[in-house]
Amino acid sequence: MLELIQQLTNGLAVGGIYALIALGYTMVYGVLKLINFAHGELFTLGSYLGMSLLVSFALAGRLSPPLAVLVIIVLIIGLSALSGFLLERVAYRPLRQSNRLAAVVSALGASIFLQNAIMLIYGPNYQVYPSQIRLTIAVSLWGLNIPMMRILLFAASVMLMIALYLFINKTKTGTSIRAVATDQGAAKLMGIDVNRVISLVFMIGPGLGGAAGMLLGLYYGQIRYDMGTLYGLKAFTAAIIGGIGNIPGAMLGGILLGVAEAIGAAYISPAWKDAFAFLVLIIILIFRPTGLLGERAADKI
Amino acid sequence: MDILRLNGLSKRFGGLVAVDDVSLQVEEGGIIGLIGPNGAGKTTLFNLITGNYRPDEGEVIFSGQNITGLLPHRIVELGVARTFQNIRLFQEMSVLENVLAGCHCRLRAGLLASMFHPPSQKREERRALERAIKELAFVGLETQYANYAKNLAYGSQRLLEIARALASSPRLLILDEPAGGMNDQETHNLLALIRTIRDLGISILLIEHDMNLVMKLCDRLVVLEYGAVIATGVPGEIKKNPRVIEAYLGTEDPL
Amino acid sequence: MIPPRLPKSALRAAMVMAGAGMLALPHLLGPYWTNLLNDMGIYAILGLSLNIILGHCGLFHMGHAAFYAVGAYTAAILSTRFSVPILWSMPLSGCLAGLFALAVARPIIHLRGDYLLVVTIGIVEIVRIALVNNIFGLTGGSNGLLITEPISIFGYEIFRPAHFYYLIWSMAALTILLFYMLQNSRFGRALNYIKQDDLAAEGSGINTAHYKLAAFVLGAVWAGLIGAVFAAKIETVSPQSFSFSESVLYFAIVILGGAGSIPGVLLGAFLITGLPEIFREWQHYRLFLFGAAMVIMMIFRPQGLIPPGRRHYNVWPYLGSFPRGVASRNREPR
Repeated sequence: MLELIQQLTNGLAVGGIYALIALGYTMVYGVLKLINFAHGELFTLGSYLGMSLLVSFALAGRLSPPLAVLVIIVLIIGLSALSGFLLERVAYRPLRQSNRLAAVVSALGASIFLQNAIMLIYGPNYQVYPSQIRLTIAVSLWGLNIPMMRILLFAASVMLMIALYLFINKTKTGTSIRAVATDQGAAKLMGIDVNRVISLVFMIGPGLGGAAGMLLGLYYGQIRYDMGTLYGLKAFTAAIIGGIGNIPGAMLGGILLGVAEAIGAAYISPAWKDAFAFLVLIIILIFRPTGLLGERAADKI
Repeated sequence: MDILRLNGLSKRFGGLVAVDDVSLQVEEGGIIGLIGPNGAGKTTLFNLITGNYRPDEGEVIFSGQNITGLLPHRIVELGVARTFQNIRLFQEMSVLENVLAGCHCRLRAGLLASMFHPPSQKREERRALERAIKELAFVGLETQYANYAKNLAYGSQRLLEIARALASSPRLLILDEPAGGMNDQETHNLLALIRTIRDLGISILLIEHDMNLVMKLCDRLVVLEYGAVIATGVPGEIKKNPRVIEAYLGTEDPL
Repeated sequence: MIPPRLPKSALRAAMVMAGAGMLALPHLLGPYWTNLLNDMGIYAILGLSLNIILGHCGLFHMGHAAFYAVGAYTAAILSTRFSVPILWSMPLSGCLAGLFALAVARPIIHLRGDYLLVVTIGIVEIVRIALVNNIFGLTGGSNGLLITEPISIFGYEIFRPAHFYYLIWSMAALTILLFYMLQNSRFGRALNYIKQDDLAAEGSGINTAHYKLAAFVLGAVWAGLIGAVFAAKIETVSPQSFSFSESVLYFAIVILGGAGSIPGVLLGAFLITGLPEIFREWQHYRLFLFGAAMVIMMIFRPQGLIPPGRRHYNVWPYLGSFPRGVASRNREPR
């Protein structure tokens, strides 16, 4: 039983990361009907930039570690948002009018490009987050030893998700994002600057993704240039589980996938852990392509 | 003998009833017009007949055979061909190849014959070419055979869709707004073309907004409103039917 | 009206000369470059097999390495376990890859565009994980299988690069010929209709699910066949050879060369295997540059380097032999 709860907390922490990345997929899909394959790489980029900043600033000793982490996370959100903005300008905007499959190939190309750019800069091996920064203490709760990092990670991702939820549902800008996602043509007629909304979505998604990258680095302590592929695909799975385009769905899907994976790894087989997520993805796409929360829609003919 | 018979066909999308308990018949050799205001469910009804949608209730009987729920290509093989409301040609392929698509279901060459081109395959290809050119000549597009479909004028694209449909040797032809986007001259020619098709023994079911054309062309009209049949009869009766006039009042389609 | 074409005799002469040149190549080049040509040939065949699915039928399939792996592992397992000469197992490699494709593609065949892409990525990853985990105790885990049986056809032992050169490139030539015929047939056209508009194709009487599946199976059979040759050539079959990034390479060969174009795919294979060899110091930049090339190509030349040509039909015997219809007064603006 204790083992199960341990796995559950681990699953919640990792699920929070999946959920943060999944939000980027789901929001972009919502407005552009495009899978942003390069999103996983922006997550990796956030992770690496976070490492660089931590090494160069926090260790210089000017700031206390918790404060440094906080400042750097904010910086990473900004930098990732900027990368997302540039990505959309360079790789997607010129293809807005061409067929969808050209955009998909471009997205894929951008993903390969970014991943290899990271590899060329940082090298192909695992990189380690500075250990001084990472909290190693654990909290004892009802006889359970839960690493503090795990709790902080989950709390941070939930906070970011709540912030996003409020932004999307309570602000004017959020309303215009929802309007563009529902009907781009009508939104344009209502005077909404669709290009601005798309740029914004390409900043919010990668911002959250980059933050997730840094949180992951802090949690596991080591990162690799190609981890974006796997995390990206899993987060995409999470977005599909929740129904792509559906923001609360992506949050729920991420957490569900994280928990299911942790339990599957513990009780079935850790070696098949990654295959498990893909299997879920395939099964959902076959039987309920609009996700657990979505409705089936008919094709327009 | 009716070539097509719809019995109590219904289709719902979520809460919306798009087609509501529709029954109608198309007589062998007849030209039947389906009219009604925008959003009345006409195209949805067509999609139920051609197998693009599966009805929630009711059945589609073609030539005495229940074809409800069959896949669209099976229904074409059985002898029901269609055109689309928003032209769906293979834009990046030649006019000739578009018509060859219609011939496809009457050809037999499988994977191996397609790879090794035995004499039987070559003969069949020649027959298909002949047929395709014949249909192109029939609609007056044979000189355009090498052109890309996307380079044709709008009216010609509609004719090409008809040629593609005819190439599958249908017994029933379903036309979704064939005169849409055509000028007066083209519409006039279309009228003669559809009559010629009927004279070849092909029954026709069509949706059309051009009332002038419909009144001249159709043997019988079926009027749809909110997914349900509100009137059916010869054009002269329909014109005077108060319910029909009411249904059209205030819409941009003059009766 | 008719585009100019080379006279058939000139075309034949050119082909004979090219053929003679190809035969002489390994003797002129030496083993290193011959080996490179072998790799190129393997990639060309893989590209051509993927081209059936991705290029002609327009199905976004990025799991081709999975079918290739089934072929290679079938040959390797038969060789290491049952001492079956590796090239004799080619037909079985092809068949099993085809059956595997049939099994996995059937439930996903209705998925559109990017969804299919994601699912095929999932499949190739699951296959790789299965291979690493030594599935059924047959695949040897992450180290893979080492083939020790000597390789021979008709008692003639194959071990030098030149031997493989003739084997691989005669297979490539046969593939090009057969796929060219296929492209110019009812089957090839059907795949193109589906690529252009699968709903209109179905509505014109084409069994789209059947043809999509057939494209998958045919492409997989070919990938399986060449997988067996690859196993024979490389002698160690391991999961690294069938990763997702390998699949990306095949995908790039087809898309950058020209989806649906046989010369385009050949050029793509040539560039993707050849360029990194020529610019050796750039080798690390290979994928980096492909990624950039994919974005740039999609923006400026989405149809690829050599887009597919048009099919030629001999319609002259039939033109003018039919009465023109009543709609014939419609004249096209020139």
